Order: sequence, then structure tokens, then C-alpha cells
Amino acid sequence: MFKPLTHLQRLEAESIFILREVVAECEKPVMLYSIGKDSAVMLHLARKAFHPARPPFPLLHVDTTWKFREMIEFRDNIARELGMDLIVHINQEGVAQGVNPFSHGSQVHTDVMKTQALKQALDRYGFDAAFGGARRDEEKSRAKERVFSFRSAQHRWDPKNQRPELWRLYNGRVRKGESIRVFPLSNWTELDIWQYIYQENLPIVPLYYAKERPVVERNGMLIMVDDDRMPLAPDEKPQMRRVRFRTLGCYPLTGAIESDASDLPSIIEEMLVARTSERQGRAIDHDASASMEKKKQEGYF
Amino acid sequence: MAAPAPRALERYLAEQATKTTLRFLTCGSVDDGKSTLIGRLLYDSKLIFEDQLATLQADSRRLGTQGENIDFALLVDGLAAEREQGITIDVAYRFFATDRRKFVVADCPGHEQYTRNMATGASNADLAVILIDARKGVLTQTRRHSYIASLFGIHDVVLAVNKMDLVGYDQAVFDGIVTDYRRFAEGLGALRITAVPMSALQGDNVSTRSDAMPWYQGPTLLEHLETVQVGRDLAEQPFRMAVQWVNRPNLDFRGFAGTVASGRVRPGDAVQVLPSGRRSAVSRIVTFDGDLEVAGPGQAVTLVLADEIDVSRGDVIAAGQQPPPTSDQLAVHLLWMSEAPMYPGRQYYLKSGANLVPCVVTDLKHAVNVNTLETLPAKSLDLNEIGVANISLSARIAFEPFAANADLGSFILIDRQSNATVGAGLFDFSLRRADNIVWQALSVDKAHRAAIKHQRPAVIWMTGLSGSGKSTIANLLESRLHDLNRHTYTLDGDNVRHGLNRDLGFTAADRVENIRRVGETAKLMVDAGLITIVSFISPFRSERRMVRDLLAPGEFIEVFVDTPLEVCEQRDPKGLYRRARAGEIQNFTGIDSEYQAPEAPELHIRTTDVSPEQAVEQLLGYLEQRGLLQAGGG
Ligand SMILES: Nc1nc2c(ncn2[C@@H]2O[C@H](COP(=O)(O)OP(=O)(O)O)[C@@H](O)[C@H]2O)c(=O)[nH]1
Repeated sequence: MFKPLTHLQRLEAESIFILREVVAECEKPVMLYSIGKDSAVMLHLARKAFHPARPPFPLLHVDTTWKFREMIEFRDNIARELGMDLIVHINQEGVAQGVNPFSHGSQVHTDVMKTQALKQALDRYGFDAAFGGARRDEEKSRAKERVFSFRSAQHRWDPKNQRPELWRLYNGRVRKGESIRVFPLSNWTELDIWQYIYQENLPIVPLYYAKERPVVERNGMLIMVDDDRMPLAPDEKPQMRRVRFRTLGCYPLTGAIESDASDLPSIIEEMLVARTSERQGRAIDHDASASMEKKKQEGYF
Repeated sequence: MAAPAPRALERYLAEQATKTTLRFLTCGSVDDGKSTLIGRLLYDSKLIFEDQLATLQADSRRLGTQGENIDFALLVDGLAAEREQGITIDVAYRFFATDRRKFVVADCPGHEQYTRNMATGASNADLAVILIDARKGVLTQTRRHSYIASLFGIHDVVLAVNKMDLVGYDQAVFDGIVTDYRRFAEGLGALRITAVPMSALQGDNVSTRSDAMPWYQGPTLLEHLETVQVGRDLAEQPFRMAVQWVNRPNLDFRGFAGTVASGRVRPGDAVQVLPSGRRSAVSRIVTFDGDLEVAGPGQAVTLVLADEIDVSRGDVIAAGQQPPPTSDQLAVHLLWMSEAPMYPGRQYYLKSGANLVPCVVTDLKHAVNVNTLETLPAKSLDLNEIGVANISLSARIAFEPFAANADLGSFILIDRQSNATVGAGLFDFSLRRADNIVWQALSVDKAHRAAIKHQRPAVIWMTGLSGSGKSTIANLLESRLHDLNRHTYTLDGDNVRHGLNRDLGFTAADRVENIRRVGETAKLMVDAGLITIVSFISPFRSERRMVRDLLAPGEFIEVFVDTPLEVCEQRDPKGLYRRARAGEIQNFTGIDSEYQAPEAPELHIRTTDVSPEQAVEQLLGYLEQRGLLQAGGG
């Protein structure tokens, strides 16, 4: 018997449709793989969309060189296990200039090592479509983002120049140099993501699970001391605390939460009673309430 | 949503997994309280996390209109620029859930871009919540919102009569509005309407029952949204699936990936592939999670067929006994979404299902006044206008009338130069059975006609301002070609306007039609084997492109006769610029009508640098180099 689709089935089918549409219409797509839970879901959906073929595009990871070590290890394992091509791009100019989150601040670091680096990578390989794992429920300004987000040859997002999206009729046509960012998870919520990870039994970076980790407290955030590049103030001493992460990024910019949730059901449970929403853990979002808007116009994902 | 006990979590997740989704859109005019309502729904559904609430409270003090109280509207406004202006600009999607259902809200604003945004919201929604300010009642915009929602596929409407607190929670006011609305809605076909009196600000009848309106017995808005059954049962329709992508990982596997648009399919089912009409049977329904016994509407699958038949992206696989119609000539409803108006005759790409085909709007029947629903004669469609038109596609496609199936019944139009999405529409019906009209294959064809003249036919298309020197160059060129024993003909703008196009003026719409006719005429002449010289201002890129597309590759030679406006105006051989400047002639190219210079003409002649004789040498050189002066049947 055929039963009407449930909420998650509907979301899954919709994402698969989007992934297939891009592969059919665009010349050179790539998947921006950021190693986090959303990327895990997006990659899994791509495997479903093209089965029995392998997803016909490479993964691109823009490495700021400040990611958690466990993220990098996880990334390399996944790519190897699934037989996916993985492109790792680092902004070497930024490295040469010694850009880092401590001396340059989160804004400059993110701009140079993430935003600029992403543009460099897209230009170098000439990708005309890039899948990203952003969701509309993450942040107010994203609620209005299209599924297919058009970018000029300078990678700029012009809020006035976006294409209306009716029905399932996405328009992925671009001229040379222009590109489309595609968000197959647009209509997923954080809870949907976790439920899906649970249902599909997807591997995720262990940092999502609570464990004793060395942290220091800064500006009200718990920062994990992931390696010895992190400068400590004289009175700062890393303490072992039982923590986990709700989002993953550059370790000096990502706040941990104290938690006992060491398996998926307890993470989901914790989420349901969450007292803070997920982006609070990201230092970059604290700046101004409309800052996301500006970053998007500049090409930040 | 209460936190479940640890052991209950598995059960909780299982419950979640069976929830369905309701996607609805909200529409109302500015200040009807739409943002307040959505904010209230999000707030009440307790999915607003505490830090969002903290930001919200800070924002309310800075920007809010509610003093120290929470301004729910700020919860849903997003883009910085919009916030400063205090209006929402686009469709925004919000998410919330209750114990019974998950919801996606498309928030559509009420300002001038309304039609485009509302259509977008409606196209992806199951239901529309239409807001009315109780003090104002049914307004023009209420009618407009209802019409657009129903046109773009909404069958269920909630009439949310808001701000009841400002009319003393008076039942008579509510009843009056509902009666008005029902009377109007009769003209819209089968809309299911539920009306709820509420105060979004105070929370009456949003998610909790109002004490102030004991006279109202119906459900609260949220109760209704949680329980309403929407849409049609697509599973009961005949099977259709558009092929999105051909999956061919190795020589042993060939599958057709797509999303089921309607009906059910099982292995063994006989199918037809449209538009080719080839038949086969389904042998497997492949998914990552294993082969399926049955697939239905909304499911993304990969079908393997029993026979090696030719199937590609855009084809529709359909139930063998009940295939959808195919056509290349259709009557449609069209919503225009671009700043540049739509003129019949221009070429666009049409995307429908997984098809992308060149298309021309051949005939604009009329426009619809979305406020009064009256039809108006129209020569063009402006931004946000809706019209009824006939379109012609360059290839036959499988389709369904929109009323029968939205997936196969909807389309968008894409500008061929900018790639922008400029229109959206609905198929109404096929204008003919395209299969009945067979193109007359004549036994003497273009190649034969050209061969006997020992030449290759082509169109040499001169574009440029009035007085730029097109006719002079065209005339000289034709003489030279004639001396070379070439068979030629020249179509000149002024001459054609005295005969074939006598009925056309100089409005943008007429200019498009002017060029379309000349393009078709030039095409016939090329078919007759002639080297055809066209000397027309032809100011618009899209028309020149349309003519280019009419001809075979290489047959269209665009020559830009480039003379600066000041020079043309100085020459003014016919005294036209003087008259245009004096206001005696309207829509004069270069003065009060635009000239769009070619971006990549085959030949660019700068008349300030070369004499007409030199220009013709340049032209002949180009034709020689392209092999057009040699004999040969093409
Ligand atoms: N008294 C009263 N005011 C309301 C109600 N709903 C909204 N408002 C007010 O009407 C104004 C416009 O509301 P808003 O939600 O921004 O309208 P929108 O433009 O439709 O999104 C605001 O000042 C709201 O506080 C209501 O039910 N009663």
C-alpha cells in the first residue's frame, strides 16, 4: 500500500528533487561540505538522490586551519569511505599574512579565511553551482533566502535580483562566471535534522556528544583548547569540563555547552528543552542583529 | 511542547515521524496584523527559544511600536533594509510545530510586489490565511489576495477577521464581513472558507479561545490549522512522473530519476513515455533504501524500464492506458514578474516539469484586473499583471491542465539573455492536437533552391539609429552583390512600413510585431535561397535575437551600423530628429525610445571612421571569409 508521506519523507523527497535538478541543469556543481550535522544530512541525501550512482560532484571544504582536529579527521574518513572526491581549499595568502582569530578578531578571520577563501576556490575550479547546508529556520534573515540563490560573477548576493521560485520550477541558468548557491535543506528545522540523523543512523563528528574536554571561559563562552596555538592569559587555565557542541566551526570561535548528552536520543532531548537557540554558540553572529544580511551580500555563506 | 522523559523519547520520536505538514500562506495588506499574527503563532507554539526572545525584547524597545510590550511583528521581519522602512518585502518562510502537526508559513507582504510574491507563496502552499482588519472589512486587496491564491492553486482559505478588540468584539461586524466575503468568493470557484474572529495582538482565538467572544463557537485558528484536511488525493489520479535525470552509472544500469507527480506505480505496470509515445513496462522502482513495491505522489524514485527505449530529461513516464496530452500550442494564464514588459512575439525559454523549450507568446487575449476580476484588452503585460494568452513552443511537450495537476500544469518563463525568471503561468488547454498538423515536407527545399543560384542564402541584418547610414550601405551592398551575380533582396524599414506593416505604429508592442513579421519574411526569403539584406532600426536586443533563433545557425549576420546619436541628429536626412525634438513625433528611437546596441554583432561598422564604400568592402570581406560568396548548396 502507498501511504501519504510523513513530514520527514516529504522533506527528504523535496531535497532529493533539488539535488537532482542542479545536477541535471548545471555544468559543474560542487557540494560545500562543512563537516557539521547539516552537511552530514546533505551528503546522505545526495547519496540517496543519485543511487546507485555516486553523487556526480566533488565535496569542497574551505579549511580556515582553525577547525577542530576531530572535524578534519572525520572529514577525511567520510570522503574515503564514500569514495567521494574531496577538495580542501585554504587561503594561502591569509596563512602567509598570519591571519588568525586571536590577533585579527573573528570578523577579519572569517572574512579572509572563509568568505574570501570560498570565492577563491569557486573561481579556481569554475563551479557554477554550489550546494550549501543552510536552513531557513537558522536565523531571521535566512527565512527569505531562496532555494536557488543567484550570485553575480563577483559572488555578490543582490537581494533585489533574486529569482522568484514558484512550485518546483527552479531556474539554475547562469551566464559565464555567475553562479548559484543551492540550499537543499532550506525547509528543514534543527529538530528535523536531528530526527533524521537518528532515523538514518548517520555518523556525526564526536564533538556533538558530551565528553570531558579542556575549556576556558571567555566572554561568557566556553572555548575548547584544541591545540597549543591558543594563547592563554596568565590567569587562564584550561579546565576539564563535560561539554559538547551544538554547532561546529573554528574552535576559538565556537562555544561549548555543558552537557551530559552522550548519545543521539539525549541530544535530541536536550534540544527539546533547549534554553538557547543554536546559533548563540557562534561568536560571529553576535555582532549586529542584521549582520548576517551584510555577510551574505559580501559572499559569506 | 513538554520535554519527554528519557524512556519516552523513542516513543516521542516515533510520534514525530508520523506527523504531517501543513504549508500555508498568510496574506493581508500592510498593517492588517499579519506579522503580529505569525509572531503570535510562533510564540504560542513555544518554539521561540529564549535568546531569540532576548534579542526580541531588546529590538522591541529600539524599533517596536508597542512600548514596553513585545512587538510580535519584529519576530518575523528579517532583512535590514526592510526593517528600517517598517515593511516586509519578500516571501519569508517560518516554521513551527504543535503536538499534532508541523507547519511552514509563507509570509507574503501586502505592498506593490504583492502579486508576484503572493503567487510564489500560493504555489507552494496548501492553504491561505487571508487577514482582514475588522474596522475596514472586505477591501479591494482582500479580493485581489483571494483571486491570486485561488488562481495559483489554493483550495482552502481561512478568513482571519483581525483586530476584533478595536470593534468591541462585536458579532454583527464579524457576520457582516463574512457575508460580504462569501458573496464575493462565489465567483472564484470551489473555495472552502472558514472564518475566525480574532485579535492577533491580544491572542483571542489564535491558539486560545476568546473570553470576549462567547458568541463564536468555531475552532480557534490553530485548532483549525491542526485538523484541516487539504488538497486533492493525487494518489487516485493516473500515474505521471517527469524524468529529471537519467541515471547511468555503468553499462548495466539505466534508470530514470524523478518525483511522482500523481498516481501510483508498481513493478510490472505498463507505461508510455511522452511525447514520443513509446511503450514499455516498469521493471524496478529503485531507491537507496531498497527497491519499492509501490511508489506514489511526492516520492523521489528511480524507475527502470523493461525495454531499451529512448528516454531523456523532460520526458514524462505515464500510465500506459491513460497518458497525458501533448502539445506545442497552448492557452495559458500568465503572470508577468519582470520590470521589462512582456510583448507578444518575443522569445523566452519555458520551463515546465523538467522541460526547457524556446517559446513565443503568440497572442495576448486580455489582461485581468486583479482588483475587479474584469478582463481588459491588452497589448503587453507589465510587472505584476496577469493575462490570458496563447503560447507556441518549439517542441511538443507532455502537460496537464493546471486544475488537474500542478506539477505538469505549471511553467515559468526565463529571459534568454539575463536568465532571469520573468513570468509564471498555468496551462489551461491545448489549442490543437499538434499531432494532426504535419509540417508540409516539400520536395524542393532550401538547399535545392540555393544550389541552382550557386550561393548560400543568409540574412544580413543592419541595425542602427535612424540616419545612421543603414539604407545607404544596404543599397551599395546589394549593387555590389548583384554585380557578382548573386541573387538578393533588400527589406527596408520604411518601405515595409508602407505595405506589410502598414497597420503598425511605434509603441514598443508594435515595434516587436514589426520585427517579428520582417523576421518571418526574411526567413521565407532565405528559404527561397536569397541573400537577404534587412535594413531596420530594430532597437531591441530581444527581437534581433528572436530573428536569429528563427534561422539556422550561421544564417543570421548582425551588422551594427554604429553612428553616434549627435551625428545622426546633425545629418537628420529626413528632418525626423528635429520633429521628434519638437515633440511632433513620439517614441522616436534615441530620443524618447531606447536603442539597445548589439553586444556581439558579427560586424561592427563605425561610420565616423569609414565611408559607405569602405563599409561595403568590410562587409564583402566578411561574407567572403565566411564562404557566403562561394557557390554551394549550403
Ligand atoms: N488592536 C489591535 N492591533 C493589532 C492587532 N493585530 C495587529 N495590530 C497592530 O497593527 C499594527 C500592524 O501590525 P503588523 O503585524 O505589523 O501588520 P502587517 O503589516 O500586516 O504585518 C501593529 O501596530 C500591531 O500591533 C489586533 O488584533 N488588535
